[in-house]
Amino acid sequence: MAGRVLVGVKRVIDYAVKIRVKPDKTGVVTDGVKHSMNPFCEIAVEEAVRLREKKLMKEVIAVSCGPQQCQETIRTALAMGADRGIHVEVSGKDYENLGPLQVSKIMAALAKKEEASLVIVGKQAIDGDCNQTGQMTAALLDWPQGTFASEVSVDGDGLKVEREIDGGLESVRIKMPAVVTADLRLNEPRYATLPNIMKAKKKKIASVKPADLGVELTSRLEILAVEDPPQRQSGVKVESVQDLVTKLRDSGTL
Amino acid sequence: MLLRKVGFSPVLSTALRLAPSASGSVRPAESSLFTYNGRPYASQAAEAVLDKHATGSETAAKTSTDKKTSDLESKSFAVNMFKGQISTAQVFPFPSVMNEEQTQFLSELVGPVAKFFETVNDPMKNDELEKVEDGTMEGLKEMGAFGLQVPSHLGGLGLTNTQYARLVEIVGMHDLGVGITLGAHQSIGFKGILLFGNKQQKEKYLPKLATGETIAAFCLTEPSSGSDAASIKTVAVQSDCGQYFTLSGGKIWISNGGLAEIFTVFAKTPIKDKTTGEVKDKITAFIVERGFGGVTHGPPEKKMGIKASNTAEVHFDAVRVPLENVLGEVGGGFKVAMNILNNGRFGMAAALSGTMKGVISKAVDHAANRTQFGNKIHNFGVIQEKVARMAMMQYVTESMAYMISANMDMGASEFQIEAAISKIFASEAAWTVTDECIQIMGGMGFMKDAGLERVMRDLRIFRIFEGTNDILRLFVALNGFQNAGKQLKGLQHALKNPIGNAGFLAGEISKRAKRKAGLSSGLSLHGTVHPELAESGELLVKAIEQFGGVVEDQLLKHGKKIVDEQFVLKRVSDSAIDLYAMVVVLSRASRSLSQGHSSAQHEKVLCETWCLEAHDRIMNDMKALQSSSSKRLFKNLRAISTAVVENGGVVSPHPLGF
Repeated sequence: MAGRVLVGVKRVIDYAVKIRVKPDKTGVVTDGVKHSMNPFCEIAVEEAVRLREKKLMKEVIAVSCGPQQCQETIRTALAMGADRGIHVEVSGKDYENLGPLQVSKIMAALAKKEEASLVIVGKQAIDGDCNQTGQMTAALLDWPQGTFASEVSVDGDGLKVEREIDGGLESVRIKMPAVVTADLRLNEPRYATLPNIMKAKKKKIASVKPADLGVELTSRLEILAVEDPPQRQSGVKVESVQDLVTKLRDSGTL
Repeated sequence: MLLRKVGFSPVLSTALRLAPSASGSVRPAESSLFTYNGRPYASQAAEAVLDKHATGSETAAKTSTDKKTSDLESKSFAVNMFKGQISTAQVFPFPSVMNEEQTQFLSELVGPVAKFFETVNDPMKNDELEKVEDGTMEGLKEMGAFGLQVPSHLGGLGLTNTQYARLVEIVGMHDLGVGITLGAHQSIGFKGILLFGNKQQKEKYLPKLATGETIAAFCLTEPSSGSDAASIKTVAVQSDCGQYFTLSGGKIWISNGGLAEIFTVFAKTPIKDKTTGEVKDKITAFIVERGFGGVTHGPPEKKMGIKASNTAEVHFDAVRVPLENVLGEVGGGFKVAMNILNNGRFGMAAALSGTMKGVISKAVDHAANRTQFGNKIHNFGVIQEKVARMAMMQYVTESMAYMISANMDMGASEFQIEAAISKIFASEAAWTVTDECIQIMGGMGFMKDAGLERVMRDLRIFRIFEGTNDILRLFVALNGFQNAGKQLKGLQHALKNPIGNAGFLAGEISKRAKRKAGLSSGLSLHGTVHPELAESGELLVKAIEQFGGVVEDQLLKHGKKIVDEQFVLKRVSDSAIDLYAMVVVLSRASRSLSQGHSSAQHEKVLCETWCLEAHDRIMNDMKALQSSSSKRLFKNLRAISTAVVENGGVVSPHPLGF
């Protein structure tokens, strides 16, 4: 009963880049800055491709929401082994306000349209750190979810998911169709080899607009300001506990 | 009136003096002016390269069949500068040859390759083990790094020269040992099959070579045959039935010698001249499989650098090579060898521009953070000069690499002088830059952990292999002189019929007269170079005019004997290198200014500074060559050398007397 896997991939600022806040405090500098696929999304793609290679799934579809450059991210997923891509065109103000709620509505619509059995996304993106998209997508679809997955295996008509939680590891069994979010130790993503990049050129990327999916993008959030974290103040050494208490009282902390 | 001018012009009469020293007969331009002891010399290598067939249809192996382009119409900048002329076709504007699809594709390749070298490849480990780690080797094969220029229908990536250069730059930045392993395999090892192979040979060998299932090696050098490639002793005798050759001989210092399955081997084949019946030994290139039997190799050589690359002796003991494995024509091997080397040279400049970028970052990181004497050391003038010079040298090398690769992709048939210049410049610049980086880092630079001493050791060989810089300098100069000589011969012919060639001659007279008077002969880069670089453009023009004049004077002075004047040739070559360097930076900076790059002003400063110093160097060298003291200098140098050689060491007795 091999089904389709929908994988969400996000284009983010590369993890190695030194982030700079824009002078007008509306966000961070993205122009001319190196971007790449969110590391957790890479793990999600890798898991999806492995499932297909084990013949447990028959097709892997990579999805990305954003401007034209997102096609590069989808192509990386294709080079890693995804079969085809869907680019949901979102640009300008809509893109700036694109958050987990909007993306999960899109993912839910696509999951239904493509008749997917499984949706895998990264547990969070390294820019937003929201950790919401997977969960919201499952809720919108009314599907079970296995989040923070460190191991996924097919168990009959469902999945067994090992989850990394604060207390340790938790095993859950969920029926398919389901949503899984990938955590760090789920797998080690393969390197896109040059011949695969070449083959990926021939794979298709379809373009759709959110309106075509019946999704409305207005955000209920407004970003007021983006600032650097405060500069770390130097500490002071004290000689005794008495001094410490005095200092704390003087600074108003006590 | 014109006739009288022609008859009595003192300037032109010097041109007539060419007649006695030339071989006297009016004879076609085909045969080389310069042979040494009857053996092909550096310049015949140039002929071999010019006289190549076009084979293969892929851009990477594209060579033009345009044999008919006479040298008088050559588009090569280098060829023309020796004649004191400026040909801008191949150099202005700075070529960009990739279409959108190729650019997009290339940008997708850069990331994964860079990531691989940053995270998987361990250059220190490779250096320590004196081999490329097995896991890394496997990863490189999976990555497709072994067949970058093999056509895609045969299992490779089908990259153009420019795309190949960009990827090789990444390799050069991280690990030159791996770079040589890959380069010995595809840049020279099986390049012959790409350039000269027939359909059957390509289909038989390229697929496995592309995946790295089989590794290739280039076998030319022998114990008594390094720079003098034509003197090789390995022999291949054709069987009586004609179906196979029996190959015997020994090759040394073969990169990948211990790993390769497929060898491009060069051997002397006795060939019977059909008309005279005379048997001559000519070089033939063969594709030899280790599986043919009789192929053995020695243990890996212990080297100063590129330790990760396998270097070994390879011996051929009565190896049976089928007739179908002849590469190119029987007897045409020298041409094959020279073309392979010529075709791969741009790769070296590209790799080394990457190496330099890497070490410069390390040095600058140190200079910006190290405090001494109460100041970050990058604020001190001495350090600033070092950093500036390093940046300029990297800029020149990078510009050369990508100009040449673009010219090759555009289908240029004449780039051998430029390619040789880029190899000489890149290898020497990289050495100097890395040396200065270690100097900036002080004691830290000397420590293994800094990673610089390994790069230094790796770099030394680049001035030696693939044509020593000394030989390549002679090649550049002699090639240039040969072309300048042909122009003079044209002049000579014209003089035999002054009336019919009155216009041409009048132009030539006035040009030389102006030059002798120190006036500009009308060359200009106005309108070609960006207006903000006009001054530097002027410097280039003046330098070329001076250079062209000196080249002609030296040729008239020495005639064919110029071949023996290596002191002159070296200096002419150094100036030629500086001239080409000037033009590539002028072109690149012009383009940046026209396109309004954010770095355009910085590039303008790099360009201006380079041109200022290069111009001065050229003018000084040329002046020295023309002066009488240079003759005495050369005589002295020769005398010193003779005495030291005779004495088996330094001649002067110890100052202490014992």
